[in-house]
Amino acid sequence: MTPALEITGLRKAYGKKTAVDGLSLRVAAGEIFGILGPNGAGKTTTVECAEGLRRPDGGSVRVFGIDPYLDRPAARRIVGAQLQESQLPDKITVAEAVGLYASFYPDPADTEALLGRLGLTEERNTRYKRLSGGQKQRVSIALALVGRPRLVVFDELTTGLDPAARRESWRLVRDLRGDGATVLLVTHYADEAERLCDRVALIQAGRLAVCGRPDELIGHISGNDTSGNTATLDDAIVAFTTGEAA
Amino acid sequence: MTAIAAEPASPRRARRNAPRSAFRSLTVTEAKLLAREVAPLLWGVGFPMVMLYVVGTNSPGPDKSLGGISLATAYVPILIAFSCTTFALQGLSTVLANYRERGILRRMNATPVGAVRLLGAQLTVNLSVASIATLGVLFTGAAACGVPLPGQPAGFILAFLLTDAAMIGIGLLVASVARNGRMAGAIGTMIFLPLMFFAGLWLPQAAMPAALRTAGQDTPLGAAVAALQHSMAGQWPSAASLGVLAGYAVVFWLLAWRLFRWE
Repeated sequence: MTPALEITGLRKAYGKKTAVDGLSLRVAAGEIFGILGPNGAGKTTTVECAEGLRRPDGGSVRVFGIDPYLDRPAARRIVGAQLQESQLPDKITVAEAVGLYASFYPDPADTEALLGRLGLTEERNTRYKRLSGGQKQRVSIALALVGRPRLVVFDELTTGLDPAARRESWRLVRDLRGDGATVLLVTHYADEAERLCDRVALIQAGRLAVCGRPDELIGHISGNDTSGNTATLDDAIVAFTTGEAA
Repeated sequence: MTAIAAEPASPRRARRNAPRSAFRSLTVTEAKLLAREVAPLLWGVGFPMVMLYVVGTNSPGPDKSLGGISLATAYVPILIAFSCTTFALQGLSTVLANYRERGILRRMNATPVGAVRLLGAQLTVNLSVASIATLGVLFTGAAACGVPLPGQPAGFILAFLLTDAAMIGIGLLVASVARNGRMAGAIGTMIFLPLMFFAGLWLPQAAMPAALRTAGQDTPLGAAVAALQHSMAGQWPSAASLGVLAGYAVVFWLLAWRLFRWE
């Protein structure tokens, strides 16, 4: 079966600064796959290459077998992106924005049902400027989903959300997988990845540090754990990042 | 629960021509967003019509110091240039710089439609609103101030299109070099004043000292007003003024093309 995402030897530099340095990973269709790593590790650059927003300097990227840079229109029809720090015009209403984005795709979702599912029905005629941070985040999720993508990329989906909104987002991610989508989740939060992801990749300095099921990664380090507490993915990430697990 | 993610598209809807309808929705949306901005519309459409009405109903008619035309006749092309410049410099450039700053262009580039079509929709709306303002000025002049409609309509349309192309080119260039919407607005205002000076907003060209008037013919709006003026009077605009306008349009568009950044 064609993998949802296959990255082989990806390299990308901005001027002299290397962002991604020979990264390879493979995400199977239907997986919830987490990408973890410190700031500046190359997580966002990696997913931007998968979204066709950046041209790789080397290596290859395939989304369901499609090169997302060379065949942008085809790839963008099947990839839904929620980007970091992307906003909308102040005076556009929620329903207008979602309706507009629906017109970009050949077989869009029912926009009213989508708004309902994201709890935005009450805000459908509210202008973007007047939305709360959490509501803006839900609008950006709606825009990512309105084209009924096969691969959904969430870049820092829950950053800045309150605990209840985070849990709501997690439920949504699980529902998406139930609908048959593959989810790529870029996150800072190991607890989020541990709860949601089938597998996680830890990226450090543009390279893959480790990749596997959360319980596998935890298993690697539990031998080193001397505190007596149950190890979490967070402990494992810290251990791999500092090299203690090697 | 409604399934949001789906494998294949249903054949009936997949046949729909998505890009074309997407461009139409983008243009409609950008037009709505502009219509919600009261200030640019008042300034770019309302102000020229009101100013022409005030000038036209309070001026005595043909004036020797203006080369034998009325003050209202002298101001029609100046106010048309004013509208084109307002929408290109205060509208287009700030909107685009703002869209880039806020990641709206980048977000569009992650859809099958792409930010190029958003830019196209912006240009369509900008040209349309400048055309509406121009028609408003022409009809106000004809109805209230005794200024005849353009005697050489084809020449007038050509002069108008070149004027707007040159102004939109400047707007795109400002959007290319400005880091954000506020900076684009500030640069736009700085360029707006000298451009409009040579258009004759404060002193019509016919009343300018000869040396100033001659120098003004090589500026974008000096050439624009001369070309519009000639076609209003029933002549074909001079090759020199059309050439100056076309030259500026090409240079600004090429520079903007080279310098524009999507993010």
